[in-house]
Amino acid sequence: MTADLELTADVLVVGGGLAATWTALAAAQAGGDVVLVDKGYCGTSGVTATAGVTHWFVPPDRHEQAVADRHAHAGGLADPEQALRVLRTTWDRLPTLDKYYPFPVRDGEPDRTSNVRGPEYLRAMRGLVHRAGVRILDHHPALELLLRPDGSAGGAAGVRRQAGGSWRVRAGAVVLATGGTAFRSHLLGSRGNTGDGHLMAVEAGARLSGMEFSNYYTLAPAFSTMARSMSYLFGTYTDADGRVLELPSGPARNRVLGAALLRGPVFTTLDRAPEWVRRKMPVVQPNFLLPFTRRGLDPYKDRFEVTLLGEGTIRGVGGLTVSAPDCATDVPGLFAAGDVAGRVPVVGAISGGGSPNSAWAVSSGTWAGRAAVRHARSATRAPVRPVGRAGIRPGGRPATVDTTAVVDVVREELNAYDKNMFRDEPGLRASLSTLDSLWTVVEGSLTGTGRDAVTARETASLVAMGRWIKTAALRRPETRGMHWRTDDPAWQEAVA
Amino acid sequence: MIELVLADRCIACDKCVQVCPSDVFDAVPDSAPVIARQSDCQTCFLCELYCPVDALFVDPDCRTPVDVDETAVRATDWPAQYRRDSGWGRARRTHPNESWRMSDIFAAARALGQETP
Repeated sequence: MTADLELTADVLVVGGGLAATWTALAAAQAGGDVVLVDKGYCGTSGVTATAGVTHWFVPPDRHEQAVADRHAHAGGLADPEQALRVLRTTWDRLPTLDKYYPFPVRDGEPDRTSNVRGPEYLRAMRGLVHRAGVRILDHHPALELLLRPDGSAGGAAGVRRQAGGSWRVRAGAVVLATGGTAFRSHLLGSRGNTGDGHLMAVEAGARLSGMEFSNYYTLAPAFSTMARSMSYLFGTYTDADGRVLELPSGPARNRVLGAALLRGPVFTTLDRAPEWVRRKMPVVQPNFLLPFTRRGLDPYKDRFEVTLLGEGTIRGVGGLTVSAPDCATDVPGLFAAGDVAGRVPVVGAISGGGSPNSAWAVSSGTWAGRAAVRHARSATRAPVRPVGRAGIRPGGRPATVDTTAVVDVVREELNAYDKNMFRDEPGLRASLSTLDSLWTVVEGSLTGTGRDAVTARETASLVAMGRWIKTAALRRPETRGMHWRTDDPAWQEAVA
Repeated sequence: MIELVLADRCIACDKCVQVCPSDVFDAVPDSAPVIARQSDCQTCFLCELYCPVDALFVDPDCRTPVDVDETAVRATDWPAQYRRDSGWGRARRTHPNESWRMSDIFAAARALGQETP
């Protein structure tokens, strides 16, 4: 079967966010002929584009200390060598951005430890990727991988969401940079983060790891997507009766907030924000005030309801198992970069939010891009076959599936504080059973064409990701890092 | 979610159609784009940021469409707010990017005991 658009390349990059652009840039700079396919628009796609990031950017003489400091609270699973590699590569690569992003200059040198605003960062990355000769295909969601007879990755196929029809790219190697999964929590910028890349990779034979570490949450106004860490540190928090909630700093903060939200609504006023912070906020974080202004609220004076939005495997750290130092998956010719890959070796069992995740995007993209070019040089030409199943080629007779209803169930099971933040065996078993039932329907009946093909595949991916997370969470009957098992005696001691 | 395309301001550049990460707009030849798939909107406001003529309005409610009073919206600077405060387009000189201040803001939060280093 031929597609409406057929291309060949050395390297195919699937995704268009931070990790995808660093991957495409590295692959092109290594001499590869590169195609990048994005579900949306490369420049606004992914969670970085809607917010901003700070990189884990440390001078080489402080690398060992930076890793030791971070891993001291990592829950024991991190690999210092892998974290050191991330620091070294980020130190080498981030200056690539100097000419394209206005880092503040201190002592005559760009200060690359400062926060980088998302829309400007991704716009700059798109420019860099474009000038490096990468062919960028916006609104070309990938649905499935193409494998050669020997089981190696030889490309991907999908639909042209705006142009119509289908596309197929044959490539010497494929890099998945499709992001983490936030289970439609309304977390800012995460709607397209549905786990498509994870499902594609698993169908091809890749493994996952650390999937239980998938339950970090970030504060936002209750009606809004505007998840933020910074400004909410200046809040006074109250319950429905106006009683002040004392919040600890650090990871325990979400535990106290989550428990309070299970009891009833929680409100805040950012009344502890210094005057200069209020004055500067519009030019520091220009989108932060948008929801408030449009509701006639002054967040520094008025009381408003808040929620915790699930970060899934975005600030959670589970994902595809990749080998150091190339970010190769278990499938020959298939690499993974950014949040689609597991980050437990880099950050341990705690959140990768803050600076490690962005440093990981830079470094894993660099490694995967270069390794994909090397792999492509030795790849043999062979016929390829598509290997997508759930949501594409149902096991039974195709039937109408209410994808909105399916996604709503996944959203509940993977976001509810009493199911995902606080976990115990009966709850996890009940969730898994619910998701297993959905999977039977999705795998057996769901398919679609055109834009519906994307919805079908996203739905299947969300259910698959949910099942993997619940399964992993059941298999770790202990509290570790962000994985809170309330049926673990150690947890009960810790919160007592 | 995206609620308004202000057709009289729109120059039909179709930038919003191109940059929307969720593909909510459909282009219309020689006319303003239409909101074709509102329920796919992720309320990221990036269409407003990219719109060169402040012709788009996103309501902050990310769950349900709301009845927006277009006359009221037109009387505000809301459609211009994100692009202006970001220092894009005409606001390049008046609103410089000061996101580097975030480290100072986090330091201020630490001073209040609300943040661990």
